[in-house]
Amino acid sequence: MKQLLRTLRMALNALRRNVMRSALTTLGIVIGVAAVIAMTEIGQGTSASVERAIKSMGANNLLIQPGSASSGGVTFGSGSVVTLTPMDGEAMKRECPALAAVAPIVRARVQVVSGNRNWVPLYIYGTTPTFLEVREWEDLEEGENFTDRDVSNGNRVCLLGKTVVRELFQDESPVGKEVRINNVSFKVIGVLSRRGANMMGLDQDDMLLAPWTAIKYRVSGASLASVNQSATVVQDPSQKVNTLSQLYPSQNVSLYPVPSASQIANNPQPVRFVNVDQILCRATSGEDIPLAIEQITELLHERHRIRDGQPDDFNIRDMTEISRTQRTTSNLITRLILIVALVSLMVGGVGIMNIMLVSVTERTREIGLRMAVGARARDILRQFLAEAIVLCMLGGLMGIILGRGVAIMVRKFLNWPTEISLLAIIGAVGVSAAVGVIFGYYPAWKASRLDPIEALRYE
Amino acid sequence: MELIKLKNLCKTYRLGEIEVPVLKGVSLMIRRGEMVALMGTSGSGKSTLMNILGCLDRPTSGQYWLDGQEVGQLSADDRAMVRNRKIGFVFQNFNLLTRTSALENVMMPLAYTAGHLNERECRERAQALLERVGLASRLDHHPSQLSGGQQQRVAIARALVNNPPLLFADEPTGNLDSATSEDILKMFQILNEEEGITIILVTHELDVARHARRIVRIRDGLIEDGSVEADTGKKTVHMAVSQ
Ligand SMILES: Nc1ncnc2c1ncn2[C@@H]1O[C@H](COP(=O)(O)OP(=O)(O)OP(=O)(O)O)[C@@H](O)[C@H]1O
Ligand SMILES: [Mg+2]
Repeated sequence: MKQLLRTLRMALNALRRNVMRSALTTLGIVIGVAAVIAMTEIGQGTSASVERAIKSMGANNLLIQPGSASSGGVTFGSGSVVTLTPMDGEAMKRECPALAAVAPIVRARVQVVSGNRNWVPLYIYGTTPTFLEVREWEDLEEGENFTDRDVSNGNRVCLLGKTVVRELFQDESPVGKEVRINNVSFKVIGVLSRRGANMMGLDQDDMLLAPWTAIKYRVSGASLASVNQSATVVQDPSQKVNTLSQLYPSQNVSLYPVPSASQIANNPQPVRFVNVDQILCRATSGEDIPLAIEQITELLHERHRIRDGQPDDFNIRDMTEISRTQRTTSNLITRLILIVALVSLMVGGVGIMNIMLVSVTERTREIGLRMAVGARARDILRQFLAEAIVLCMLGGLMGIILGRGVAIMVRKFLNWPTEISLLAIIGAVGVSAAVGVIFGYYPAWKASRLDPIEALRYE
Repeated sequence: MELIKLKNLCKTYRLGEIEVPVLKGVSLMIRRGEMVALMGTSGSGKSTLMNILGCLDRPTSGQYWLDGQEVGQLSADDRAMVRNRKIGFVFQNFNLLTRTSALENVMMPLAYTAGHLNERECRERAQALLERVGLASRLDHHPSQLSGGQQQRVAIARALVNNPPLLFADEPTGNLDSATSEDILKMFQILNEEEGITIILVTHELDVARHARRIVRIRDGLIEDGSVEADTGKKTVHMAVSQ
């Protein structure tokens, strides 16, 4: 220990005798380490923000849509057949252990009015309370989520996203107020927390959530054909070419009587033979997504009586493709930059070796003297090696400070996301010490091999 | 009791195919507490002999006992240990570390001793020695801020920092004017008399050699005359044993 301290002090003294040169020598290391630190901090920040974007879209989410109908070789696109029912959703929740939460979705695109303001939200979702669980969006800004009872009763309550609140209420609290969705009045009971745009650039806060029964039978039933159109004009449902609205006449709201408590208990699925537009579910983890897809496929085959070889009447989409691409891109960039940084550390190491060799030549007399007063070859070796390592470590330390500084500046002035990386810091210290050992060894060995008499006589 | 005993010591340098014999069978005995001047013309082999005596170099043949230990054939590391414990060197050109204070120059050899002293003790010892050589007020001066004589005093303090029983000085006054030389030589005499340190002084000036109690002359690699009485005073004459 004492020995180590003494060696360290000796190295520092030697370096202090030529501060300017030491600083310039280690500049390569400083720049290399700074590059490593800054790049990993920026890279990590980027991948963290990619991760956050993926998560906000719903990490591990799976979207089940009805398959496409085709007739005479003409396909009508996804959703053109209606095959998914809320019961499918219930069954999935029950029988697929790889799923954490399931929510059916009924979509609408209609005008929402409040006072003298109106807006057509991007998403009007009729769903169940579990929707927020599926999207991991449970933290409401204010108010509270609707309940299963609201769903079974078809209660006219809704949650609004921040964008809708801004457009309709100018950021005043809407909780307790009324909005008219396609001329049906709904009571606002909660406001969703802010999510921002998803990776496709669509505003996720432009959303209205309500019990799916309410949307289906009170709102959407009136204008099913106008889904996916900006329907600002209320149309007479009877004029629409839609067999479904004839099947389920929805203008008169109460298709089913409100079930009693015992009825609900006896029959948890009071609504039958209805379809939903999508079923959104969340797998228990990212690794379970393939398993979840397998389980869902098997279950739906069974429920929809699809024999092997027959085409599916549904399709399952997941986000993993998108997120994987995003992740690999940011990983690739980080890795390339690390390689460049390592190369610059190597160059820095060569610089150190060069100067150490000059220093050994320059200090030949000093080496001779030290040997004359009793330094052994290994003492000289240790001393010069320590000098190289200390030089590199100091360079590494300055590099860490510089790199952090750069990362902080980038964060401040360019608004790029950065994240401190302990691993990069430890790695940088380790690598600079290693560079010191590797590139300092040869000069130190050369110094230790000097003959004391020759060295003392050296001019 | 003899501190140094040489028996038929030879040193031959080899320059490619050519062999250059420099020492051709030197036998010498030096007692503890002696002050000996090693004299000879230029190229006679004084420095070569001193390097071997100082355990910096190995003899080609012959035997060398230092303090009862045969050191002629020791390995480089073992010779370093002997140098560290038993020998101090003073050089013609001082050989101080540049840009390093006098105090740290004196402390430098302590870094290679077994480490039984802590930093503060090292500092105290170095300071005491610098005070002894009269540089109490120059502890923090760098070599470039000291006169030649002062630099040589720092070098002497450095040579003494490990309490060696034996001190070698190769032309210690070669770079100094006569008045300063006199000071330095006086200091050697005092060290020899008061501390009992054995001092071997290499020189080719008789004026310098006279400060020693005994002069050993060397010529062409052989001891020519080892029992000349220095005429500096009525000091005890030690018998030189040369065989
Ligand atoms: N490394 C060496 N290789 C070959 N020959 C050497 C070597 N060192 C010394 N010599 C030779 O040995 C002889 C004695 O040299 P040495 O340095 O001992 O002389 P010296 O008596 O100290 O002379 P000076 O008074 O000039 O210092 C010289 O002729 C020199 O050429
Ligand atoms: Mg000489």
